[in-house]
Amino acid sequence: MQTVTYQRASTVNEAIALLSDGGENARVLAGGTDIIVQARERARTVDSFVDIKHIPELMTFNYNTSDGLSVGAATPVYLLYNDNDIQTHYPALVEAITVIGGTAIQGRASLGGNLCNSSPAGDSLTSMMALGAIANIAGPNGERDVAVSEFFTGPGRNILDLGEFVVAISFATPPANSGAAWQRFIPRNEMDIAVVNCGSYVQLDGEIVTDARIALGAVAATPIMVPAAAEALIGRQITDETISAAAEASYEAATPIADMRGSVKQRKHLSKVLTQRTLDIAVERARG
Amino acid sequence: MVTTKKNADAIGTNGYRLIGTRPIRPDGTDKVTGRAAYAADTQMEGLLFARLLRSPHGHAKIKSIDASQALALDGVEAVLTAADFPGIEMSGNDRNGRPADNQWLQDNILASDKVLYHGHAVAAVAAKDPHIAEDALTLINVDYEVLTPVTDVREAMLDDAPILHPGMRTNVQASDVETDTERETNIAMHMRLERGDIKSGFDSADVVIEREFETSWYHQGYIEPHSATAFWNRDGKLTIWNSSQGPFVVRDATAKLLDIPIADITLIPQEIGGGFGGKIPMYLEPISALLSRKTGKPVRITMTREAVFQATGPTSATYNRIKIGAMRDGTIVAADAYLAYAAGAYPGSPVGAGVQCAFGPYYIENQRIDGYDVVTNGPKSAAYRAPGAPASEFAVEATINELSESLGIDSVELRLKNAIKEGNPNAAGVPMPRIGAEEVMEAVKNHPHYTSELQGDDVGRGVGFGFWHNAGLESGSTATINSDGSVSLIVGSVDIGGTRASLAMQLAETMGLSYEDIKPRVADTDSVPFTHVTGGSRTTFAGGWVAYELGIELREKMRERAANIWEVDLDEVEYSDDATITSKPDNEGNEREFTFVGLASKMASTGGQISATVSLNKTSQGAAYGGHIVDVHVDRDTGKVEILRYTAVQDVGTAIHPSYVEGQIQGGVAQGAGMALTEEYFYDDEGLLKNASFLDYRMPTTLDLPMIETEIVEVPNPGHPFGVRGVGEVPIVPPMPTIQQAVYDAIGIRLYDMPMSPRVVLEELLNEG
Repeated sequence: MQTVTYQRASTVNEAIALLSDGGENARVLAGGTDIIVQARERARTVDSFVDIKHIPELMTFNYNTSDGLSVGAATPVYLLYNDNDIQTHYPALVEAITVIGGTAIQGRASLGGNLCNSSPAGDSLTSMMALGAIANIAGPNGERDVAVSEFFTGPGRNILDLGEFVVAISFATPPANSGAAWQRFIPRNEMDIAVVNCGSYVQLDGEIVTDARIALGAVAATPIMVPAAAEALIGRQITDETISAAAEASYEAATPIADMRGSVKQRKHLSKVLTQRTLDIAVERARG
Repeated sequence: MVTTKKNADAIGTNGYRLIGTRPIRPDGTDKVTGRAAYAADTQMEGLLFARLLRSPHGHAKIKSIDASQALALDGVEAVLTAADFPGIEMSGNDRNGRPADNQWLQDNILASDKVLYHGHAVAAVAAKDPHIAEDALTLINVDYEVLTPVTDVREAMLDDAPILHPGMRTNVQASDVETDTERETNIAMHMRLERGDIKSGFDSADVVIEREFETSWYHQGYIEPHSATAFWNRDGKLTIWNSSQGPFVVRDATAKLLDIPIADITLIPQEIGGGFGGKIPMYLEPISALLSRKTGKPVRITMTREAVFQATGPTSATYNRIKIGAMRDGTIVAADAYLAYAAGAYPGSPVGAGVQCAFGPYYIENQRIDGYDVVTNGPKSAAYRAPGAPASEFAVEATINELSESLGIDSVELRLKNAIKEGNPNAAGVPMPRIGAEEVMEAVKNHPHYTSELQGDDVGRGVGFGFWHNAGLESGSTATINSDGSVSLIVGSVDIGGTRASLAMQLAETMGLSYEDIKPRVADTDSVPFTHVTGGSRTTFAGGWVAYELGIELREKMRERAANIWEVDLDEVEYSDDATITSKPDNEGNEREFTFVGLASKMASTGGQISATVSLNKTSQGAAYGGHIVDVHVDRDTGKVEILRYTAVQDVGTAIHPSYVEGQIQGGVAQGAGMALTEEYFYDDEGLLKNASFLDYRMPTTLDLPMIETEIVEVPNPGHPFGVRGVGEVPIVPPMPTIQQAVYDAIGIRLYDMPMSPRVVLEELLNEG
């Protein structure tokens, strides 16, 4: 029989100790919407679950205009998308987290869980990347901050070392005249995994783009940033042509595989289409 | 008892009191409160849990199976392999006289010599809990010699294809076809239907269109996985609790494979969580039974969803080629069809029905249809809602839509011109009785959806028709009048589509009682006469015939009872439509009248309770026709097809319970839309199924479909006392060609391979530039 231990941490340090002691097969249990399924289907060997939902700061979030948004890693996403501040200041995040699974899943699923599951197609990931989010990590050797865009090392893999876990995800306060948007393409209208997803962020000075970030999911072994798309925009006037150039850059940057969820041709084309569509909305939001 | 007894004069517009009304289903409360018992809910003392070890290969020879380590695991009670089957005479006929090769049946349940598909069961473990059973599976060592798989139907037909069944020869069911009986083949059967002279037909045609089509494997997608619990008692009696569309059929097949008399088996069907044909085949029952015999304890097996996709169900993937010739005025003068259906691991695709239905909605003087049943490395195909018809009729309907364009004749007018009528011979040459093909097409033509204007960019409209012959087959029931005037109706048909309600309604209608007076119940195989599967759209038809005959018999017995009590001749007693029993006044002028309840209450003292049992095998089922209209929008940037509006028109004969009729039609459309747009099986080069989950086998959800409008046409079936035709199957037939035509109308691209997934549509759009 597959026996696992369940341990409940009530502080960050306790969680670090339990994870360090548990070794490679100790896993963090936040909402459990991925890890429980993987363990049940024997896709991952799990010897012990370390439940972090009883660490108070892991289950809350804070927003203020000076510090921005900090989200405890295990906070269920439904709390986020129902929050007025998040709806107002981070609509691209809301767009992503309202389509993760169904309503029941959203009652448990968390940004930290989505991040650490590290699926190339994870819906919140490209949204966080476009928003320039930072993962706040705690571990036996102290705390460190890593950009979400630098977090992933392969499908299901990331930079976390033994005993480390994500405590919070931080988002800067959106600057004036900035906007972001997120979309995915799925064959159905709900309950599906992205064929491609895309987050876009722009900051404008008048009609000139001063900053931009474009992130693509499900087109490589990890979610990717598309610096060439940002370069196609920054310093230029925002026009249909510059947006098309950014979209072309996404097309070029996408190096997808073909599988039952999509072909190479389809995914590259959708990278372009979604870049264009999200940029159109991001620009509209930036203009206010 | 009687709660809402209807007035005898409250007769509906269809001339019936109850038929055509919408009472609440008797199983409704249990289902909405979660109390309904399904097969996987079966609990009993000492229950063991079994899990199956399944093939990780698409095609392989089993060299050896070593289960010693699994057996040694604490908590494991038994391991089963094909060697544990008793070893029986491996040929013979099934109940309907069709060949039933028991070796194939048994090998599909537990592979003996070869595994023929990814997920093919090779061994079973029974243990004290399901987790131990799962652990034990990892301790069974199977030595495989991996073979090259062939999953595509046309590749399987090639001369140099890997052979699934060494020694197989084509069974030719066509008089004028020569075949090489020396050559091993995957083509299990070749059949041909032919009428007239297609050569002279095509020679005379002004326009000839020939096209090729493919359809994918499609799974029925029922929510409830297969489950069977068996207890083999020490007296040799076997009891099975399962989820099946055919308890009697499973009982008989279990008896055959286990080499025991049917008298030793009681099959107790539980509530069923969907079947659509996929719960007609038997997968688990003999395994549970043999594990129970080995352990002396009850054993339950419930499939995982992955196993359901890998090893049960799907309808055949197909390759079809259609050639149709017509005159300038639209008269179709010749039609030729080549239909190749992948049967999966063992022969028995629904190509026969595909052949019979291909040109079903039309009368065509010169026609030839060749059908091929081809084994491939995949799960053995199973019945799925109008089995075989959606693929062949898609190909024909799509060709007719192209014909209409090249002739410049409206596609509905073209269909009306060629519609099959009463007296026309069907594909097998038998004249059709009264049917509603023309009425359906007229109703489509006049439907506000069809006459509405289509608005917007990249939108298109399609129309398609469908035919299904429906089934008759054996049904039996017992009805007993209780002392309070209620009537217990015991049926053998598992209730999938609301048939407890529809059968109770027909009995109540016949007897002049209220719906609430009838207490319908699905019984086990010892409690009711042999009843064939719930399938073929037959239950409300055939079970309704039985209910009608039961009602007539019970009325007669109530008259006899009253005649005895009153001491009058039987012909002086009348049974009225409101269920009162009367005779002329007695010599003293006293009224002679019993209410139904009044007479029922006297049964015990006047000869005992009144009951009747009726078994029938009716063949007068009525053919069903459906005409569909769809509007779609195609996103040219993503290839995604959105259904904006869908209307399904169908001749149902008589709608016994219109809500369940509408539900059946809507369900059929939803499944057909999945076939057209998103559902497909992905096999890799090694024959491994890559999308064995509801996540990646993409059935449409409620968010993917608009409310499906229905229009019920009623052309009563002359072969049924209430005109019932059968409803459930034909609505899955038209969606593929209907949606295919709409996509063409929207973007100018005809797609010949189903499904038209966003990937396919997008790549076609990109190719067009």
